[in-house]
Amino acid sequence: MSETTPEITPEIIAEHGISKDEYQKILEILDGRTPNRTELGIFSVMWSEHCSYKSSKKWLKTLPTEGPQVICGPGENAGIVDIGDGQAAVFKMESHNHPSYIEPYQGAATGVGGILRDVFTMGARPVCNLNALRFGSPDHPKTRHLVSGVVAGIGGYGNCVGVPTVGGECDFHESYNGNILVNAMTVGIADTDKIFYSAASGAGNPIVYVGSKTGRDGIHGATMASAEFSEDNEEKRPTVQVGDPFTEKLLIEACMELMATDMIVGIQDMGAAGLTSSSFEMASKGGMGVELDLDQVPQREADMTAYEMMLSESQERMLMVLKPGREDEARKIFEKWELDFAVVGHLTDSGHMVLRHKGEIVADLPIDPLALASPEYDRPWVATPDPAPLNVDDVPAPNDPMAALNTLVGCPDLASKRWIWEQYDHMVMGDTIGIGRPGGADAALVRVHGTKKALAVTSDCTPRYCKAKPNEGGRQVVAEAWRNLTATGATPLAITDNMNFGNPEKPEIMGQFVGCIEGMREACLALDFPVVSGNVSLYNETNGQAILPTPTIGAVGLLVDASKAVGLGFTATDETLILIGETEGHLGQSLYLREVLGREEGPPPHVDLATERKNGDLVRAVIQGRLASACHDIAGGGLLVTVTEMAMSTGIGAEITVDTQGVPVHGWLYGEDQGRYVVATSNPDAVMAMAMAAGVRAQILGRTGGDAIALSSGESMPLASLKSTNEGWLPAYMAG
Amino acid sequence: MKSAVIVFPGSNCDRDAQTALRDVTGGEVVMQWHGDADMPDVDAIVVPGGFSYGDYLRCGAIAGNSPVMREVVKRAEMGVPVLGICNGFQVLTEVGLLPGVLMRNADLKFVCRDVFLRVETTTSPFTTQYTPGQVIKVPVAHHDGNYVTDADTLKLLQDQDRVAFRYVDATGARTPGANPNGAMDDIAGVLNEKRNVLGMMPHPERLIDQVLGGTDGRAMFESVLAAVA
Repeated sequence: MSETTPEITPEIIAEHGISKDEYQKILEILDGRTPNRTELGIFSVMWSEHCSYKSSKKWLKTLPTEGPQVICGPGENAGIVDIGDGQAAVFKMESHNHPSYIEPYQGAATGVGGILRDVFTMGARPVCNLNALRFGSPDHPKTRHLVSGVVAGIGGYGNCVGVPTVGGECDFHESYNGNILVNAMTVGIADTDKIFYSAASGAGNPIVYVGSKTGRDGIHGATMASAEFSEDNEEKRPTVQVGDPFTEKLLIEACMELMATDMIVGIQDMGAAGLTSSSFEMASKGGMGVELDLDQVPQREADMTAYEMMLSESQERMLMVLKPGREDEARKIFEKWELDFAVVGHLTDSGHMVLRHKGEIVADLPIDPLALASPEYDRPWVATPDPAPLNVDDVPAPNDPMAALNTLVGCPDLASKRWIWEQYDHMVMGDTIGIGRPGGADAALVRVHGTKKALAVTSDCTPRYCKAKPNEGGRQVVAEAWRNLTATGATPLAITDNMNFGNPEKPEIMGQFVGCIEGMREACLALDFPVVSGNVSLYNETNGQAILPTPTIGAVGLLVDASKAVGLGFTATDETLILIGETEGHLGQSLYLREVLGREEGPPPHVDLATERKNGDLVRAVIQGRLASACHDIAGGGLLVTVTEMAMSTGIGAEITVDTQGVPVHGWLYGEDQGRYVVATSNPDAVMAMAMAAGVRAQILGRTGGDAIALSSGESMPLASLKSTNEGWLPAYMAG
Repeated sequence: MKSAVIVFPGSNCDRDAQTALRDVTGGEVVMQWHGDADMPDVDAIVVPGGFSYGDYLRCGAIAGNSPVMREVVKRAEMGVPVLGICNGFQVLTEVGLLPGVLMRNADLKFVCRDVFLRVETTTSPFTTQYTPGQVIKVPVAHHDGNYVTDADTLKLLQDQDRVAFRYVDATGARTPGANPNGAMDDIAGVLNEKRNVLGMMPHPERLIDQVLGGTDGRAMFESVLAAVA
């Protein structure tokens, strides 16, 4: 075998992020032969944390992944759930954190591009995007630049591709100062009999490369995503890929056209670790061997080496195995869309990957040992100690409840994100339901084209709860996503999880991970809400400072009749407000505590999963029975903020009857007790009767109407003033 | 009624236009590939929104040179109604069917939101089913919608009643906050001299169904249907 690259030294091994033990394993796999640099590069990306999940696998396996609605769980490019009538929703969320910090526009843009490909690879036409963004403190000098670049990148890519960006979240916390989070989610719709998987089969079948040419961009992206950041991270800019949404749009259309035929055996996008991981995964899943002729790979730059081609993360590329003899037919489709199409190799039954370049064999690796026998670690972990309790009596009441409300609706996490979502085309494709546009409902609502069905989609996470008590936080993130779907009237189907944590080699961080997974598992089981896809992003640390544990949940639900969906805004005056759920006035880790009193303390609120389920099932039944005109779950900021958001959405005020039944008033107004909703109805008797029959706590809360938020105790504030605070913060900050 | 929607590489509102035309007119809608100058006889043509050729040179510039556009110009000269929406408006200015240019939005940001438009003329095949001065709600979604032309052309457009829509507030008043992109004279849509070509930045095809948030876009397609009947 040709050996044109430098000798493998311990320095080269370390540069590739390969540990000594891992290198020993490589030598074993190669029967004692020393790998060449190309082979070492392939091991390094395949065994990177990003591609191999080596620290997280043990724990991810404990999550529930099955249910009657699940067509395909984790392990493929995206998860798939049944939405009836021979249709399926295909979805996944994925992080692009490190690239977005280094180069926010391209980092975020290519994050959107990558997740879109994961979905249309499976035969689904993408129908919407969501983005969960976490930035550092607004006071940090880089934050404004990062917000601006990330938002422009997401918009620039999604708008051009023509997939609406319909929802997401955007929070700020100093723990993200040196390590922002950009988690992108795509949902697509496929026919259940037209789903494509990545497994390759049929020795001799041609392997075809389509899309953009391969350049030197993104080499080692997966390795970078698997290490901590330090001061020199600006130097890593060349590892960030550059996106071309126009090519992506052509690639979607060309793939959709090809997928309408019967030519494809298997298909896989080239994401992290590009040609390496796509070819390995396809071959490994099908138990096949692969022979690639790298001279046939379309190249953007001259004199690329085998190493560079195998590790490039150039965007907008796909690899597929076609049925034999269909190459010319397939080529015509890609030529029509002006995309590269090249037969780059064929399947073998050798179980090996053999790479040829310029007439020589430049790598020869056994596939299964490398792909399946990748390292799996049981990292040491310590449980996060329980926080000291915080009684409501230890928390001072505000002097003026309305001033506190005004502070809350204007705080960075609760302020309107209109400045962001108006830069996203959230209506293209003509199926975004009016009330389900950003800010209109607890989940975005997207009609299934040509039907009366709709998908409800949301993303959620409360990292401050996860930090304080990981298992409680894990329960809460799943429950909150379930609640968001429920509050529109949708039936929750399944979730995708995007686990963003610090360095797993630290037992405290690993303990956060283990705790969150444990809580998520309980909630998924109790709510019949399985995990069908996901992504893990570890090493989110800069200079040793970890981010808050952030297991972002993306969730999808179904409305069989879209006309039954409700938004969160009041639709009429003189309707009755009903509070669903138990209120105990829990102020630990609340936004009131943090934003009004400047304290981040105490345990997060407890999620009682049986109550959660009962309350949610009732709310859904009320909405499905067309008894509610608006519904909003009670989340960060508590009851008063919730009612105010419902009022601000449509400009109709409300009067709240302060009847706290023994709970201190500030706990009642701002507490973040879980499993609660506010429902507006013109038929309160029916709703109260249903609640009583279901054994769900319900309380008449007040009435809609007027142009203020008013408490029966006398305090009030004009809606216009609250709205101006709520809408004003982000534009003013960005104009800064 | 038979209509055509032009499809460029990078068009992304082509299906939306097709859905609207099919839904409102009930007739056949031909999806006309840009490289194919051989277009069947149709009663109306829509040049849809999107990012033709990625808008990489200048919005609409490359699409303006595609074979199908020579045919669209010919049909327009024969009197066939041609509606350019968003990127389609930009393409129509590039091929000279409409005067003016669409510059980058005044605040330099992409903007997607509902805006209110005042129907300034009902004398066109696109607007007869509206009432003069009617205020309608239609979304915009663009980065380059800032309509600019020279003073003489502007005067001509005004004198010849060729401004089809202006950005207004909900009450129909022209206020600074109502104009989403800084367009000159609050112009949202303009007609050619023969009044059979309309270019507009807002997307009427996006509001044709109450469940999507409104139906104010339907009357535009109903107008075309009435005009060609």
